[in-house]
Amino acid sequence: MVEKADGARRNDIAVHGLAKQFRKGPRAVDGIDLYVAPGEIYGFLGPNGAGKSTTVHMLTTLLPPSAGTARVGGHDVAREGPRVRTIIGAALQEAALDPFLSGRNHLRLQGALHRLSRSERKRRGDELLERVGLTHAADRRVQTYSGGMKRRLDLALALVHHPAILFLDEPTTGLDPQSRNALWVEVARLAREEGVTIFLTTQYLEEADVLADRVGIIDRGRIVAEGTPAELKAEIGRPTLQVIPADPEERGRIADVLDRFGEPVAGAPGSLAIRLNRDADLTDVVRALDTEGVRVEHLELDAPSLDDVFLAKTGHRLEGQEAPEPVAG
Amino acid sequence: MIAVALAVAWRLVYKAFTLPSFLLPALLFPMIFFLGFAGALGRVAEVPGFRYGPGYEAFQFAFVLLQSAAMAGVFTGFNIAHDFERGFARRLLIAAPRRSGIVAGYVLATMARWAVNITIVFVVAMLVGMSIHGGPVDMFGLLVLGFTLNVVGALWAAGVAMRLRSAQAGPVMQLPIFLLIFLAPVFVPLDLLQGWIHAVATVNPFTHLLAAARSLLAGGTSDVALAFAIVVPLALVFAVWALTGLRRAEAAGG
Amino acid sequence: MSVAAQIGHLGSRAFLRSLRQPGALFFSLGFPLVFLAVVASGLDRASDLPGFPDDSFLDFMMVVPFVHGSLFTAINSAVELGRDIETGFLNRLALTPARGIALMLGNLAGAVALALVQFSIYFAGAAVAGAEFEAGLLGVPVLFALAAMIAVAFGAVGMAIALRTGSSDGVQGMFPLFFVTLFLSSMNMPRDLVEADWFRWVATVNPVSYLIEGLRSLAISGWDPQALALGFGFAVTVIAASVTVATLAFRDRLTRT
Repeated sequence: MVEKADGARRNDIAVHGLAKQFRKGPRAVDGIDLYVAPGEIYGFLGPNGAGKSTTVHMLTTLLPPSAGTARVGGHDVAREGPRVRTIIGAALQEAALDPFLSGRNHLRLQGALHRLSRSERKRRGDELLERVGLTHAADRRVQTYSGGMKRRLDLALALVHHPAILFLDEPTTGLDPQSRNALWVEVARLAREEGVTIFLTTQYLEEADVLADRVGIIDRGRIVAEGTPAELKAEIGRPTLQVIPADPEERGRIADVLDRFGEPVAGAPGSLAIRLNRDADLTDVVRALDTEGVRVEHLELDAPSLDDVFLAKTGHRLEGQEAPEPVAG
Repeated sequence: MIAVALAVAWRLVYKAFTLPSFLLPALLFPMIFFLGFAGALGRVAEVPGFRYGPGYEAFQFAFVLLQSAAMAGVFTGFNIAHDFERGFARRLLIAAPRRSGIVAGYVLATMARWAVNITIVFVVAMLVGMSIHGGPVDMFGLLVLGFTLNVVGALWAAGVAMRLRSAQAGPVMQLPIFLLIFLAPVFVPLDLLQGWIHAVATVNPFTHLLAAARSLLAGGTSDVALAFAIVVPLALVFAVWALTGLRRAEAAGG
Repeated sequence: MSVAAQIGHLGSRAFLRSLRQPGALFFSLGFPLVFLAVVASGLDRASDLPGFPDDSFLDFMMVVPFVHGSLFTAINSAVELGRDIETGFLNRLALTPARGIALMLGNLAGAVALALVQFSIYFAGAAVAGAEFEAGLLGVPVLFALAAMIAVAFGAVGMAIALRTGSSDGVQGMFPLFFVTLFLSSMNMPRDLVEADWFRWVATVNPVSYLIEGLRSLAISGWDPQALALGFGFAVTVIAASVTVATLAFRDRLTRT
């Protein structure tokens, strides 16, 4: 752990103009700036190939940056790799485990390489197995583990040496909802109770929304928006209004009314939906429908989501997006 | 059924010729054996009692021809096991109206690949000075013998691969063939073998196939009828083995 | 923690993992012994050839399993390294304070440890079959040492391939090429008894011939300084070259700062 002069734990992440240009390919990361405060959970949100993993690889010293600077826990990632590695823990995409070793074998090896004493390796290993709920499977080979168990072991391995800063690269991709929730609870606990700074990449809006104190949205190597989930939604998000006509015959007339209050968007089957204009109000819409004399079976106002934020900032939707871009890892 | 067979075969043959890593191992082993044995051991023909007219290159070519014919099936077996592991075979099972066509397709692909491989080894053998005393009819007989053994190997491996449906099938199909072809008079004629290897080789049916192939290359006919009397029934037996393997795979849902 | 201790930890992991894959283990133990049995008995009469250096083809062949075993163990270890790269396990290790050299040599150390266990079994197998080992008891550690160096040499070549291709398939695809170097050497026949000129030439320029002849000299002639010097000399040269190539490949693969 790194102590600042004033005794406070130095576990922030400061990034300026960070870029990565691969030899054959585009600029995977194109000059990003960000700051993650100590003990904060920072959600790095973007589609596949947006540059999330490349950023994490640079911040964890696995990949040298092409330009810019990044200080992790006060240490420059390009020049002080070994020092950075002693204070960070990382669970990178696709739990990287050896199928022929047991969970306990993994923890012992990881502890040894992190220079824990023999007794400390055992104690810390047992404690972490307990914490991630793998005590019963500790001596089984990892090849018999489920996806959720592997991710939990992966997290435990990242925590062996009490890191001050934790990098989680898409920690819940491919997990069932139950396993995903369990992991969220543990990640939140680490930040709240142990003050660990967490840098988390995800392509799931919900994950960023639930877990992150602040979110950075990355698209094609650039950060296009940053703030708390609430700020981001408030900043650009406009609510969506969905209307189901009582009489399908009146669809056309209802659509004409709605057109005056916002641009049409895709809604549920049989419904009409618009994204409300900034100055439009729900009561105005209801009044106008009433004046027109059309009857409505169902009317619903949906608050903006991070997906709406994403759409507004990048011009395309996040879910189902794949940017055709080579990324390391 | 023919359409299914051709489609399955085409896919494997296409893969073989577009992905070198797919074709090379099946080609390299007979090549290594031929060059390694025929090249290094030529003087063995001078051992007292060694009598074989065409010379040591042809003596080893006969072995390599049969060895590669039998082993080619194992490589197809790897493909089948792989197809099942990756779930591709399920797609075949769903798509094929007559599923026995799938087995036929794998066999056809094996034959096509072996034909290419043995042609290349043959050219190399001629380049290093192999001489052949047999005529066109003998060579035709040798090819038919090779292809029949090739079919036997493919059917055997297909039956194993479809029963186990995983990479674990590899050693199971490889080991018996490997033992059969090497526990035979590979380097010297049977009567020059001594001790346990002589006893084993004497009862090993592959010994007769080797003798027939060597005899055909020398323009003779000894052991040829016996060799066919061994491989043709074997082909029938293993056809049943492969088809019942297919039934097992179907019953397991691919 | 010292680099040696790190190598120890990574080596034991590699060793443990190999033990837990009985299929691969069975092959690298079984194939060399079966090959020895088949070739030694099949070519027994070749020892009657004028000028053959020993009266038993088994004695002549008894060191060949050591070379096969070294090769298989090296290949398996390289395949595992390729897999570590594919799964990201190497990245996990790279994120620990472990030194780069430990990451590189750990895998190799596990392979050599496994090879040494196999060597004992090959030696016992050959002895049971009736092979005579001319160099006597003192020659055994020399045999094991040279064979272990051969395992390191093959292992480093395999490691370089794994690091360059970054995949286990890449290594497996190269496997037959390793085999070529074995079969086009003096493995099955002394070079001066090879009739075909082209083969004698290939075997003479093939370093594997000298590695085998160094090992073989201990079995059939006792202490032959020239054969041993050539064997160890080529082993050191091949190791130096292959470790250099592997180190460069390692630097390209692991770009950590």
